[in-house]
Amino acid sequence: MGEVIVITSGKGGVGKTTTTANLGTGLALLDKKVVLIDADIGLRNLDLVMGLENRIVYDLVNVVEGACRIKQALIKDKRFEGLYLLPAAQTRDKNAVSPEQMVKLCDDLKDEFDYIIVDCPAGIEQGFKNAIAGADRAIVITTPEVSAVRDADRVIGILEANEIKKPMLLINRVRPDMVKKGDMMSIEDIIDILAIDLIGVVPDDENIIISTNRGEPAVAEGKSLAGQAYQNITKRLMGEEVPLIDLAGNDGFLSKMKKLFGFKSA
Amino acid sequence: MLELFSRLGRRRTSKDVAKERLKLVLIHDRANVSPQFLEMVKGEIIKVIQNYMEIDEESLDIQLTKTVSEEGEGVVPALIANIPIKNVKSVGK
Repeated sequence: MGEVIVITSGKGGVGKTTTTANLGTGLALLDKKVVLIDADIGLRNLDLVMGLENRIVYDLVNVVEGACRIKQALIKDKRFEGLYLLPAAQTRDKNAVSPEQMVKLCDDLKDEFDYIIVDCPAGIEQGFKNAIAGADRAIVITTPEVSAVRDADRVIGILEANEIKKPMLLINRVRPDMVKKGDMMSIEDIIDILAIDLIGVVPDDENIIISTNRGEPAVAEGKSLAGQAYQNITKRLMGEEVPLIDLAGNDGFLSKMKKLFGFKSA
Repeated sequence: MLELFSRLGRRRTSKDVAKERLKLVLIHDRANVSPQFLEMVKGEIIKVIQNYMEIDEESLDIQLTKTVSEEGEGVVPALIANIPIKNVKSVGK
């Protein structure tokens, strides 16, 4: 029996789709059978981030309307064994799917897959309600900005009201240099405000833009700091205890010297 | 070294400002209370109190803040009212 995890945030542009792509790929690399659902109907993007945009035949709306079978709509990712994508419809709107249909779809997929990861649209309207309808767990994404944290707080409230207990927090685009200077809220600051459990922290990393350009999730190469962060989050998702990586990347000469002289690095 | 000085100086950094502003705005968000709602509550409170006391409506201050809960379960919203009394009426004494 699989588990449905919704990736949500409230605010747009904080990294829901990137996170969905990376966690899905990460789980598949750990030999799990995974399906990614793009629930952002009308603003389809997960296919593009995954590099699967040229292979779409049927979409989520076709499936729930019974125009095709689930199997026909699932795109198999040939690079990663066990990874599938159910793309969103691009020419329809959020009302093309109902929460009941999402629940049914998730239940059907649970028989076949270990993890069903739902990429939620921004906002808290119908599209969001559909996306969370079938979810067992939720990951709330925020960045260290006031607007993103405020929206995350709102979403956490709604999730809890919808019986999705204990959502987990992913803090994206952290810049350790700014945190150090006191110009960016730290991980501790954000946890203090939102008061939920942390699943991981992803640094602001230009490699994410590069890998998105190529349609290859950063988690797969695992060399970039963001890719490593996503690998760790994937393991935590599966229940493993992994310490947070040192985002400051303290392998440089300067930081080594600092350590040598007993400077505390953040 | 610079870092050390700035820590000693304890200047208020932009993240401190961000945190403070967020905490305040979230109190209102979480309580799901609009300014109109607060005005309504304020109006009703004044009405009731005026039956018994003469109050200084000008310097009256009612706001939603937060306080540590008595059960120690963290921070909970609280309605704080500061109502200066000019005179206690003799009704009901």
